[in-house]
Amino acid sequence: MEKPQAGTAIDGFTLTERLKAGGMATLWRATHPDETAPLVLKIPFFHPGDDVSAILGYEAEALIHRRLAGPHVPRFVAAGDLARTPYIAMEFVAGTSLAETMRRAPLPAAETARIGEAIAVALAELHRQGVVHLDLKPENVMMVGNRAVLLDFGLAHHVELPDLLGAESTMPMGTAAYMAPEQVLGDRSDPASDLFALGCLLYQMASGEEPFGRPQSVAGMKRRLYHAPKPLGSINAETPAWLEEIVRRCLEVDRGRRYADASKLAFDLRHPEQVTVARRRRVRPHGLWQRLVALFQKRDEQEITGAPTQVRRKAGPSIILTAVDLSEGEGPLAGAILAETSRLLAAREDSWLACITVLRTEIIGETKTVDAEGRSLYIKRLVALKDWARPLHLPEERVSYHVIEAVSAADAILRHAERNDIDHIVVGARSSSAVRRHLGSVSTKVVAEALCSVSVVRLKTGEPD
Amino acid sequence: MRIAVLSDIHANREALQAVLEAVERLRPDRLVLLGDLVGYGPDPGFAVEMAQKLAAAGALCVLGNHDEAAVHGPSGMTAHAHEAALWTRTQLSSEQCAFLAALPLTATLAGALFVHASARTPQAWPYVTDERSAGQCLAASEAALIICGHTHQPALFYARPGHEPVRFTPRRNLAAPLSALRRHVVVVGAVGQPRDGDPAACFALLDTERAEVTMVRVPYDRQATARKIAAAGLPEWLGMRLQIGR
Repeated sequence: MEKPQAGTAIDGFTLTERLKAGGMATLWRATHPDETAPLVLKIPFFHPGDDVSAILGYEAEALIHRRLAGPHVPRFVAAGDLARTPYIAMEFVAGTSLAETMRRAPLPAAETARIGEAIAVALAELHRQGVVHLDLKPENVMMVGNRAVLLDFGLAHHVELPDLLGAESTMPMGTAAYMAPEQVLGDRSDPASDLFALGCLLYQMASGEEPFGRPQSVAGMKRRLYHAPKPLGSINAETPAWLEEIVRRCLEVDRGRRYADASKLAFDLRHPEQVTVARRRRVRPHGLWQRLVALFQKRDEQEITGAPTQVRRKAGPSIILTAVDLSEGEGPLAGAILAETSRLLAAREDSWLACITVLRTEIIGETKTVDAEGRSLYIKRLVALKDWARPLHLPEERVSYHVIEAVSAADAILRHAERNDIDHIVVGARSSSAVRRHLGSVSTKVVAEALCSVSVVRLKTGEPD
Repeated sequence: MRIAVLSDIHANREALQAVLEAVERLRPDRLVLLGDLVGYGPDPGFAVEMAQKLAAAGALCVLGNHDEAAVHGPSGMTAHAHEAALWTRTQLSSEQCAFLAALPLTATLAGALFVHASARTPQAWPYVTDERSAGQCLAASEAALIICGHTHQPALFYARPGHEPVRFTPRRNLAAPLSALRRHVVVVGAVGQPRDGDPAACFALLDTERAEVTMVRVPYDRQATARKIAAAGLPEWLGMRLQIGR
């Protein structure tokens, strides 16, 4: 292929303007008669006869990118023939690069959380499609309003594709500043590696510093297995405790203690008030004797990074929403809903429950907010909700309670589930009745419109009514 | 071109029929039978009869070591295979034996080389089980794509010059991409006696235009086959292994 320049035509695409040169490729604005949206062509530096290893990463990127869809990746348009004209054509994403925003760091905590949440939502979508990005860094995140778009899948891993890149490399692949410890050791298959990288981004947004610097050697990169970064609060005293806690859970070396789901991380960044700040852990031993003991107890590197998080995700839903109607007190149905919730929670020890009850409001007229004695109905219902959930004996970091005032219970449940990327909803259904059949029930609507699995709990009866 | 590749049918009538139904739904352009039509299983006559019909309709068919043993008598086989081969010989007509005896060791189609065991000494039946044997297989041929069977364990090897091939285990019913920058060995799973832990019958669908290969899995009535194995007086293990896919 000739050296590309403005005006060059490739497979119907016309290059218009060169954007920038990356390490391995040039980026061009481009047009195509069939495409109305602005496009970008990524063209690797490659001449026929060159060593193909230069475009192996590009081949992997084309394979993965063409399988991705949704608002958090640039739309894939086409890829060129590798032997002839290698390129990837994709939608041009007009937004602000996180690299640009990062220059203003430290950012206010609210902005850090807002951007972090957007990236976590994008990662959740990417992970749902079986892909781990493995090179999350400021240059690879575009913010389009409040939506994050992830770029560059050159190092990514797809659960259904052979990992040719990883199999042939003996060096850690990724960006030294953001690479997860298990990735440094060569594990390329755990989505939690992206959550570690996002933890690094949060740290950098909050403090203006990269948590692990930019080590050049493998030994330097491995330091993160043994040494925690400086506490965020010591760099930026204004860092709220909840943000420090979230970053700490992202940067856990042991994956057993790290976030396993991007959706849960997004939830925490969205609801800082729900984040339970763990008690300070004991400081590492510093005396000579203790250091000597630690040296001899040095565990195997693989062991330090813990078990892959796939096991946890496969075990059961991460976030469960249970809706219970307590308007007429706790009946047998509420008990059955509790039992079903308990079974779902048992599937996975780090799962998390949102309990919801709906306080019905009227469309017309004034809604009562206090009872005859002047006590708040909202508070009463919250007390009832917590009492209902008490037999689950959940520690406070695994549960939240929500009394939602709404006209339609089904809409309130659906909205809450969608906004928080809930994995599984539990609702009750009263036994069938003519009125319910005519008007439609809450559970019917939730089942019809939910974006996730729904368990409908109904009391078993002997005979139809 | 879309090519369905059926390997290691091993006289398993139930598996073969289920697979042929699946093949019919997929409507490939060509069909290749990759050897070991017979051996182990209780329906050698049916397997050869089907192969003859398919070959007459344009299917390519290559020889497997069990086909050879059925014609010339077993040598160097495990005890069960040996016993089954002797029994198989008694079940085939002379015309069916002649069909097997005339099968070639290799065939080419759409630039790909088809061979039962390995391109390296096909007549000696070496197994392609790991990176090393895949490399030896590729070194013995110029073909960019070599399709073999024989191990009963689906695998895909990606190779480029100067590097050891990379092994990948294709996921059931999911297309695995072939790389434009590499040569490949595709090891097709078995129709009639899977050994990768999945007892469902396996065949490969190769799509040369999309540069993809899919290991298609087809469940079949394996208890029925096991009952026939027992009824024929063949070793019981041959029926048991069908239940667990080992």
